[in-house]
Amino acid sequence: MLNISGISEGFVLDHIQAGTSLKIYHDLNLDKLDCTVAIIKNAKSNKMGKKDIIKVECSIDALDLDILGFIDHNITVNIIKGDKIVEKRKLHLPKQVKNVIRCKNPRCITSIEQELDQIFILTDKEHEIYRCKYCEEKYRTLK
Amino acid sequence: MRHLMSPMDFSTEELDQLLNLANDIEKNPSKYAHACAGKKLATCFYEPSTRTRLSFEAAMLNLGGSVLGFSSADSSSASKGESVSDTIRVISCYADICAMRHPKEGAPLVASLHSRIPVINAGDGGHQHPTQTLTDLLTVHSLKGRLSDLTIGLCGDLKFGRTVHSLINALIRYPGIRFVLISPEELKVPSYIREEVLEKNQIPYEEIIRLEDAMEKLDILYTTRVQRERFFNEEDYVRMKDFYILDKAKMELAPKDMLVLHPLPRVNEISVEIDDDPRAVYFKQAQYGVYVRMALILTLLEIEV
Repeated sequence: MLNISGISEGFVLDHIQAGTSLKIYHDLNLDKLDCTVAIIKNAKSNKMGKKDIIKVECSIDALDLDILGFIDHNITVNIIKGDKIVEKRKLHLPKQVKNVIRCKNPRCITSIEQELDQIFILTDKEHEIYRCKYCEEKYRTLK
Repeated sequence: MRHLMSPMDFSTEELDQLLNLANDIEKNPSKYAHACAGKKLATCFYEPSTRTRLSFEAAMLNLGGSVLGFSSADSSSASKGESVSDTIRVISCYADICAMRHPKEGAPLVASLHSRIPVINAGDGGHQHPTQTLTDLLTVHSLKGRLSDLTIGLCGDLKFGRTVHSLINALIRYPGIRFVLISPEELKVPSYIREEVLEKNQIPYEEIIRLEDAMEKLDILYTTRVQRERFFNEEDYVRMKDFYILDKAKMELAPKDMLVLHPLPRVNEISVEIDDDPRAVYFKQAQYGVYVRMALILTLLEIEV
């Protein structure tokens, strides 16, 4: 089995849907951080069969939990300090996400006015449906 | 300050107030003839729509106000690349209220976010056209005396017709509403209207292909045009098109007090032979469109008469 050492201070994103860790790596701008990042793909999981894990050796403040909640609120966020898990953060679906996804409706005003913020609003929590603030085009989260 | 982006922006209580005001305007037009003296309506139409623009302008003129504006993007600064937010900031210096039509969905909302004056969405692409829905509601409210306990037949292009979707959303807030959805298979209401609106709110509805089969049970028949280009093949269009032409023979199947509404313009989906039938109220509907826009302008400008 592949062995990746633990981290002494930072955070671990566990229970990531297998195959989506690279997208999350980019969406969270982890590529722009000057710290150690380990991406583990297709790890064995009792709960999920297989899963991805991301370990990051930096402060949790660098992480936008709203974006992560939007991408997949079932991801577990473990905060590590002194080689131990000191906190597990629960993720929620954010009520609104700004400039994370783009509206794909060619008839939307955002398609011609590029300077507008791309804002999506949670309109149906049960079915995890977000709609563009301007044209109400539906966007479904990964799950 | 309030704007109007969607018919759902008003609660049913607010809607009742608006419709009652429109009815009072209809009965006592002279009382309101100078209500907006000194006020200006800007009609910012980035795409042509003669009917809606003239209806807004007539409404403001009836209230004693003035109108200014443009009727296509070519004759506005949009042709020079000006953003909607900049345009509305400038218009806010010239007028007291703005009615905006734009081919891009959400453009009036962008305007409302940067405006110092109330903005009315006068149609944004295939998205919303709230004053058409208010017109439809006022027509039914005035001629039927109620917006509850009605069986409403929606006929024609139910898939792409935004007026139909808007009307369904507005009417389900009233008790005792039932829908008969009359359309060819290709043009049935989208699944999200069926699932997220009708079924979620337990609204009784049935889907029917032939208009004749629905006529006898309707209080209201709301017709829209079935366009040739919506069909996958010519054969289906030819087979279906007569199902949706409302003529004398079909009107004979309808109750004596059923009303026929149409957002207009009609092409051939309603035969001119029924124009004189007292149940055909689509031209009255256009008149109600002026009254409801008058009531809306007064409401958004917070003018009490």
